[in-house]
Amino acid sequence: MSHETASFQKKDIMRVFWVLTAITAVEFIIALAIPSSFMSKDIKNFMYIALTILKAFYIVAYFMHLKFEKINLIYSILLPLVFIIGVIAALMNESNYWSIVR
Amino acid sequence: MASTTALTGKKHIWDGGAEPYGASYGKLMMWFFLLSDAFTFSALLLAYAALRFSAPSWPVPDDVFASIPFVHGNHYPLVFVGIMTFILIASSVTMVLAVEAGHRGAKNEVVKWMIWTIVGGIAFLGCQAWEWTHLHHDGAWWGSNPFLNADGTPGMVNFTNLFFTITGFHGFHVFSGVLINVIVLFMTMNGVFDRRGTYETIEKVGLYWHFVDLVWVFVFTFFYLI
Repeated sequence: MSHETASFQKKDIMRVFWVLTAITAVEFIIALAIPSSFMSKDIKNFMYIALTILKAFYIVAYFMHLKFEKINLIYSILLPLVFIIGVIAALMNESNYWSIVR
Repeated sequence: MASTTALTGKKHIWDGGAEPYGASYGKLMMWFFLLSDAFTFSALLLAYAALRFSAPSWPVPDDVFASIPFVHGNHYPLVFVGIMTFILIASSVTMVLAVEAGHRGAKNEVVKWMIWTIVGGIAFLGCQAWEWTHLHHDGAWWGSNPFLNADGTPGMVNFTNLFFTITGFHGFHVFSGVLINVIVLFMTMNGVFDRRGTYETIEKVGLYWHFVDLVWVFVFTFFYLI
């Protein structure tokens, strides 16, 4: 208990809050301030997804405290998410087929 | 058992009393529940992605989600959803502060931060109710899509079906989260956790609440930005 309190205090909480706010602000700047002639929609989408995963890391690691849990627990939660990558691959293949037959 | 201990020189791992996960039963089960919930949301979001990218054209989010309350006839893309995102992130922060206060056993601080978290959750639900009402007035609902595609052709109902299903499912999570937060707030005020000697319930509820925030981060990206 005292270890957890020591590892994550109020100033760390506020730091993560500002990081999350800043990442969201960057997403807004990409969406609204950067013209599509300067940055193509594909590159923008890639950056949105990368920034979203970064935000997800901060929420799960610090707010949900997973970074400070035992390695067994970390693996039990993160490794099953590999299956989602499989679904992404399957559905990319499938949606490509749908767009051809449409 | 004693001989085993003597042979290996340390406590045998299968003799019980060890905590391979270093977490209580309740906390572990909350994590596994959230993992299963993550799969549900992934399935919804990936179905959305597959249908969207197989479609020849799709409505432009900046044009569909461009209204804010009390301001008429203007074009403010993403402003309102930006406010909603900020509200949810802020309520996540107040939830961490409640957990942190719980570690110190500071009952009054836990009550204060839980109330702020509940206020944030209700504010988010209010925003979502306004947005749904607004879109409904425009003629958008399950099975009807008034918005044109980017290339000017009539939009597919997939767009509204997926939007209302996914934001609705997320909103339902926020609603149940607020409900659980209110229950835990009353338990805190009644001194239940002081009698138990641990505020771990705040942590478990906090995990659920952060997960709701986490899902919103993805919904925000896939529906409003991309």
